[in-house]
Amino acid sequence: MTDNSMGAGAIRTEAVQRHFQMGEATICAVDGISLDVPAGRFVALLGSSGSGKSSLLNLLAGLDRPTAGAVIVDGRNLADMSGEELSRYRRHNVGMVFQSFNLIPTMTLLENVELPMRFAELERGKRQALAREALERVGLGARLAHRPSQLSGGEQQRAAIARALVNHPSLLLADEPTGNLDSRTGSEILDLLHASNEQFGMTVVMVTHEQALAERYAERLIFLADGKVVADHPNVPTSRKTAAQVPASHKPGEKETT
Amino acid sequence: MKAGDLVELAGRNLRESVLRNSLTTLGIGVGVASLVAMLSLGIGLQQLANRRLERSGLFDTIMVTSRRGFRGFERRASREGPSPAESRTLDENARREIARLPNVLEATPDIRFVTELQYEGKPHLTMVAGLPASARDNDAFEGIQGKFFTSGTADEAILQIQFAQDLLGIRSEPGSPSPKLDATTQALIGKEVTLSYAERIPSPNAPEAKPEAAKNAGSLQSPPSAASEAGEAAAASFSVVPRERKLRIVGITDQDPDGIRGASGARVFLPLPMVESLHIMLPTGMRESEPSFSNVPTYMSVSVRLRSPNDVETVQDAIKRLGFNTFSILDATRNLRRFFAVLDLFLGIFGSLALTVAALGIVNTLAMAILERRREIGIMKAIGASDGDVKRLFFAEAGVMGFLGGIVGVALGWSIGRVINIGTNIYLRRQDLPAENLWSVPWWLVLGAIVFAILVSMISGLYPAARAARLDPVQALRYE
Repeated sequence: MTDNSMGAGAIRTEAVQRHFQMGEATICAVDGISLDVPAGRFVALLGSSGSGKSSLLNLLAGLDRPTAGAVIVDGRNLADMSGEELSRYRRHNVGMVFQSFNLIPTMTLLENVELPMRFAELERGKRQALAREALERVGLGARLAHRPSQLSGGEQQRAAIARALVNHPSLLLADEPTGNLDSRTGSEILDLLHASNEQFGMTVVMVTHEQALAERYAERLIFLADGKVVADHPNVPTSRKTAAQVPASHKPGEKETT
Repeated sequence: MKAGDLVELAGRNLRESVLRNSLTTLGIGVGVASLVAMLSLGIGLQQLANRRLERSGLFDTIMVTSRRGFRGFERRASREGPSPAESRTLDENARREIARLPNVLEATPDIRFVTELQYEGKPHLTMVAGLPASARDNDAFEGIQGKFFTSGTADEAILQIQFAQDLLGIRSEPGSPSPKLDATTQALIGKEVTLSYAERIPSPNAPEAKPEAAKNAGSLQSPPSAASEAGEAAAASFSVVPRERKLRIVGITDQDPDGIRGASGARVFLPLPMVESLHIMLPTGMRESEPSFSNVPTYMSVSVRLRSPNDVETVQDAIKRLGFNTFSILDATRNLRRFFAVLDLFLGIFGSLALTVAALGIVNTLAMAILERRREIGIMKAIGASDGDVKRLFFAEAGVMGFLGGIVGVALGWSIGRVINIGTNIYLRRQDLPAENLWSVPWWLVLGAIVFAILVSMISGLYPAARAARLDPVQALRYE
């Protein structure tokens, strides 16, 4: 797992296509996108709704298979993998953060963060120690036994980030992570994603439709429309200075009260 | 995912919608209960029948007769075997050999003879038979008036009720209700009867005169020709002396302990060892062909009691190989066993019907759970659950429901069986019949029912689990 933390997470897509059949019509959600993202970068996928950015993210996550083309992560083509291999890839190489947090409502935070390690068949003791550690890192050390419904949106998203990072993935995929949060909490979440990117060196791909937010954190902005890349340019994150000042042991939970 | 985690997650998911899942589990429980109740009743009835049959002494008994006998029970078998004149004598040595066969509890000679009993000076002609001590457990003596013989050598008699009435001078007309044990028969207990019989005394010179022949006759491999030769030589070397013996009536039974013989059954019973010691002249002893010179008693037939009715066939074959005719009610038990197998099958099928309905309940509950937990399944897949993990999780939920349902069902079925049993016994008591245990839950039924419930539940979970596993995570996560 520590092998993934440095350098891994390079993404290349080659003319990748994803078509959906809607009755008679074929919808090209992803229509021949070729990208090259070196390991460890923080990239934003921008576009209006229906532009294909979430479809692309699902392809990168191995939740979906391309109709044509290749999705290559760390030299392995996801299109060639079996279902079992894809689930192993998701388990060990990918962390996902969603707009609606997607914590399991019937489980406590600790159990939610433990869940990916259950699929990875880790021992209970080790599992719980890692989950606790991950939750403490996002400032929820005091909320281990709470259920998601007892927490604020920002706290839920932080728990989701803890769950995404607990297996030390080489790829962190965030689908509108701030979409359900107010702007201040949204910034805190992106600060956290940014800090994790700095600390663990995994590649971060964030889907958003808020360009201002993307410009503050991402090193590269990729604009999509109708399943195609319409613009792709590097960006100097404006928050880099402030993010750099955040120490590794920073606890966002304390920051909320100041 | 590890098995422990699966069961834990399954249990936790089941607790989330307690009402629905408990109702489903209860459904399985009712199904298992009906199965357990039906089968335990079937098993109970079978055990009851077996118990009764064993105690009746009919089904674990083989009658052995000599092929020389003027009347073989198995005419065809005697035609196939050695000719009657050449076959072996059913004497004490043969009896001992039969008693040593595996699975034989005892081999007792059938001593029965028609004679005269005097009661209060009046003679009564009847069939008298010796009874081994083991007959004490026979059903016929369950409701005996008085008691069984105090010892094997006591000068005591047990009367069959018809003979008791004969002694009392009561005439039963045909068609009248069967006689009952009452105060009039009670009056006979303790009274004396006098048995007249003929003692057979071998001539003192016979064994010395033919020592070699006697040895041959005593040893079992003696060629029949030699024995009969010796028999002819010694045919007249015994005398018959009429004698009398006073016996005390100790018991009267309203059953027919000699029922196997039907109308020719004995009406007066004496302790077998005592009768043997009287050396009564039996019809077999009068036949010319018998080697009657020695003191080795010969018998018309020997009753062989077995450990279990299941051994009848093998022992019967072994005795036939020794050169005797046999007779048993084996075929009747075979039919009986077939009947119970069919009964159990039908009870099991009826019991399973409820379980089938319960299985549909599981399919329904889990299919509902998939709809409700679409998103959860999507999340699990997104964070690394394989299709197999999702499938196994739903499978485990079905299995846990089956396990709990099985336990509930066994408890419920046990209670139902108990209630039926109590109800039946109340009914039996009203009919003045002894209570019976109609119902039995052996441990294998408990275990089997639980395992069966788990199996049925998991089979029901196959389809929902496969559907859950096939769920597309992108679709499942799309709707917010």
